[in-house]
Amino acid sequence: MQDFIHWLQAPGLNHFLIISGILFSLGVFAILTRRNAIMVLMGIELVLNAANINFIAFSRYITNTLDGQVIAIFVIILAAAEAAIALAIVLNIFQNFNTVNVDELNQLRD
Amino acid sequence: MSPETIIQLSVVILLLPLLGFTLLIFFNKRLPRQGDWLETGILFLALALSLVVFAVKMVSYRHETFQATFTWVNFGNVPGFGPMKLELGIMVDNLVAIMLVVVNVVSALVHLFSIGYMHGDVRYGRYFAYLGIFTFSMLGIVITNNFWMMYVFWELVGLSSYLLIGHWFEKKSASDAAKKAFVVNRVGDIGMFTGIMILFATFHTFTFSTIFESMQSGNIPLGSEAWLTAAGILIFCGAIGKSAQFPLHVWLPDAMEGPTPVSALIHAATMVAAGVYLIARAFPMMTADALMFIAYIGAITAFISATIAIAQNDIKKVLAYSTVSQLGYMVMGLGVGAYTAGFFHLVTHAMFKAGLFLGSGSVIHAMHHALHHAGDHHTDPQDIRNMGGLRSKMPITFWTFLIYTLAISGIPFTSGFLSKDEILAGTLAFGSLTGHKIIPIIGFFVAGLTAFYMFRLVIVVFFGEHNDHHRIEAVRESPKTMTIPLMVFAALSFFAFYSPNPFGAASGWFFDAIHRPESVVPLAVAAVGIETFEEALHHSHSLAMILSLTVAGLGILIAFTTYYWKKISADAVADKLKPLHTFFLNKWYFDEFYEWMFVGGTKGLARAYAWFDNRIIDGIVNGVGSWTKAITLGTRQNWEEGSIASIFYLGITGVISLYVGWIAGAAMMPFGASLGTMVGYGMLGLAVAGLTFFLFYVGVGGFDNSIVDGLVNATAYLAGFLGLLTRRVQTGKVQTYLAFVILGVMVFFLWFR
Amino acid sequence: MVLYNLAFYFFSLITLASASVVVFSKNIVHSAFALLFTFFGVAGLYVLMMADFLAITQILIYIGGIMVLILFGVMLTNRTIDVQIRTGSIQTFPAMLIVAALAGTLVGIFWSTDWKISPTAIGFEKTAPEIGKMLLTNYLLPFEIASIVLLVALIGAAMIARREKKA
Repeated sequence: MQDFIHWLQAPGLNHFLIISGILFSLGVFAILTRRNAIMVLMGIELVLNAANINFIAFSRYITNTLDGQVIAIFVIILAAAEAAIALAIVLNIFQNFNTVNVDELNQLRD
Repeated sequence: MSPETIIQLSVVILLLPLLGFTLLIFFNKRLPRQGDWLETGILFLALALSLVVFAVKMVSYRHETFQATFTWVNFGNVPGFGPMKLELGIMVDNLVAIMLVVVNVVSALVHLFSIGYMHGDVRYGRYFAYLGIFTFSMLGIVITNNFWMMYVFWELVGLSSYLLIGHWFEKKSASDAAKKAFVVNRVGDIGMFTGIMILFATFHTFTFSTIFESMQSGNIPLGSEAWLTAAGILIFCGAIGKSAQFPLHVWLPDAMEGPTPVSALIHAATMVAAGVYLIARAFPMMTADALMFIAYIGAITAFISATIAIAQNDIKKVLAYSTVSQLGYMVMGLGVGAYTAGFFHLVTHAMFKAGLFLGSGSVIHAMHHALHHAGDHHTDPQDIRNMGGLRSKMPITFWTFLIYTLAISGIPFTSGFLSKDEILAGTLAFGSLTGHKIIPIIGFFVAGLTAFYMFRLVIVVFFGEHNDHHRIEAVRESPKTMTIPLMVFAALSFFAFYSPNPFGAASGWFFDAIHRPESVVPLAVAAVGIETFEEALHHSHSLAMILSLTVAGLGILIAFTTYYWKKISADAVADKLKPLHTFFLNKWYFDEFYEWMFVGGTKGLARAYAWFDNRIIDGIVNGVGSWTKAITLGTRQNWEEGSIASIFYLGITGVISLYVGWIAGAAMMPFGASLGTMVGYGMLGLAVAGLTFFLFYVGVGGFDNSIVDGLVNATAYLAGFLGLLTRRVQTGKVQTYLAFVILGVMVFFLWFR
Repeated sequence: MVLYNLAFYFFSLITLASASVVVFSKNIVHSAFALLFTFFGVAGLYVLMMADFLAITQILIYIGGIMVLILFGVMLTNRTIDVQIRTGSIQTFPAMLIVAALAGTLVGIFWSTDWKISPTAIGFEKTAPEIGKMLLTNYLLPFEIASIVLLVALIGAAMIARREKKA
């Protein structure tokens, strides 16, 4: 118990990793359970953020270089591109099918 | 100009035609005039650059070789092979500088000529694009410094020649000819590839200079001189294919189906010259035996195709066989060791043969238009029997054609005389040094034949009476774009470009720039050394000149007596030598022989296999099946009927089984088997017999129904059950699959933790 | 040090709490706004890991750009008049099991692994100039490719989302 309190008192690599792990699991949960395509998208954003935390944490505590941060920037770039495309697709689907429920979408054309 | 600049300029020269190809193949429809000016302009630019390279190389760096190499792929140390890496590189020496100019001159002028000749063609732009990639691949062969890149460009030449020969692919003969050229060339290329791989397996590099250096220090393939000879001959196989040497010469005459400027490009200066160039490049590694083989192949080719050329009536076919014959000359020249002369003939021949082809193109073009004008679609515009008296109608074509003919016949003051004379002197020297007198004899005989059939062509086409006055009236001289290349080539057929002395090439710049390279093969298998050869060459020079002039004069004389003064009737002679004439007319029946031998052979083999499959294999399978069925059915029925015969049969089976077991046991005796073993085998036989009785007792059908079918049904049931089970997992929902992915990832995590 | 600890737990709390709201809220608009706080919390964590440039980027791009996009998406695809903004969930129970297992695995692994923390890991002086240099040297090619990807995404999104003219 004493050890645990000590551990809590000195936030380090493990703490960030555990936060990121929980964030990741939450994102996966959103992807798995939600039926709205936009909610799925939000879940993906959570997962990406969790991954970014990992990158930066390792870059800060283990390699001690900035490579992790650069990779994180690329992740953000790709997340932006992905969000734009995904939302465009969602809008298009909504126009064609009048729903954004991923379970009801089972064809690529109307 | 520094060496770096020369290398860079050469790379630019190499890439310019590729640029033209890339632009034209995509945009020819959008460019004005379908882009012919673009491609032609690019080629003239390349020509100008190559002239610069050539001039600088000749003036400032005549005895140096420039190379630039970089490692493209490095595989490191490959197990079972050793260090392996692929290097790309280019090299500029005198050979390359000269070839660059030759290729670009011919290509540029052919481009110019094509503007007139191909006017109004359906695929006009694409035609120019193909010319571009052809030139690119040829320049690639010339400029590399290693076998590997050479092979790549070699195949590219094969491909682009296929595209060009098959340009008018709507015509079946044209597409067939393209396929034939492609396939026949592959046959030679297999040999070349094998040869290159022999070298690569030994030296672990493709670069010429590295291979030769290593060879010079006594390192030869597999430590055996026989393999060295084999490698040399195999690499020469590539040249046999590309340079149309016997026995793979059959593609070249058929390739005349392509547009005539293409024939000029492919068959005069580029593709067929690639083979000769390859021999020149690989010359240092050729053993005496390999060179002997090369010399004989060249001589045989020269002879065969010269005899065929005599009997042909199609203007392009005559030129095609004369090309094959002249290529035979070059190969023979290199083979006998007259390296410079062989290569020199390549250069001079490129000029006048390109001219001859373009001249024939001009004639065909004019004939075609005249026939078209007259509404005649049946007469063949390429048949020389339909021509005659074109001299006055097409003066420029006639005079230039005459100059080329003089050059190819080896008349003094022409370039052809210089190179041919040197080759013939080389064969004489070779004959006196090695005792192979047949080679010079063939050489001089073919020289006479060449003069004869070329003058026959000139006389029949341009002199004499018009056999159809009306048709000839409509013939017009070709446009400027076509006559200018003719004049340029005619000018380049004079001696002055190559040597100041019209009777000896040795004093010219060419013989100063190109020297026979020192052989790198072990002394025991090397050809006659350079000094000895030069000595013999010196002695035979005047004899060669006199002899070659005599035979050429004789050939021309006979041609004039036969076709101009008509003192000898050609038809009468042909009639008298009917079998021989038919033999020549049908090209020695090579095509028919190949058809019978390879096409027919393959078909026959396929038929034999089919028969074997249908009769023997299927027979055994079906036989076993029906036999088993018959026995089981028969015995079972008989058993049920209580037939004596079936009981007797079963008894026999049991006895045989016992006996076989006994014999098997006995056979084991000499190998130390004990009595027990023997008894054991007997028991085994007894068991087999018992099983047989049991099977018949329960009935084979019963076994089949209960056990075999039971197993099958159980399997099917199991499969169905498993299918049902797994189908539940396949929900078709993406989230389910994602869940499985996550589970999988977790397994990995726990596994590798 | 105490301040650092406090900040860490503060931002962690914000991140995880708002992420839970994102995931568990039935109202999609609430989810979207909660996501905003999650991003903010993560940005705070970046600062604690001495990634100040990245934290600013996170706020600018995620909160300024992606969030707005997502909100647009929410608004455009849920007609407030006839369709309720609530969104349903499916398979909650099996998903819960799987995610619990996943979280357990991840946290367990992170916890138990003996990370080789660099003893010289004291952090960075200035990150922005260094990142700039790296983007234009070691990472030049990915950088250029990323710019093309963004361009393609821009054009593609416009193409896809454009309302088809009824023929």
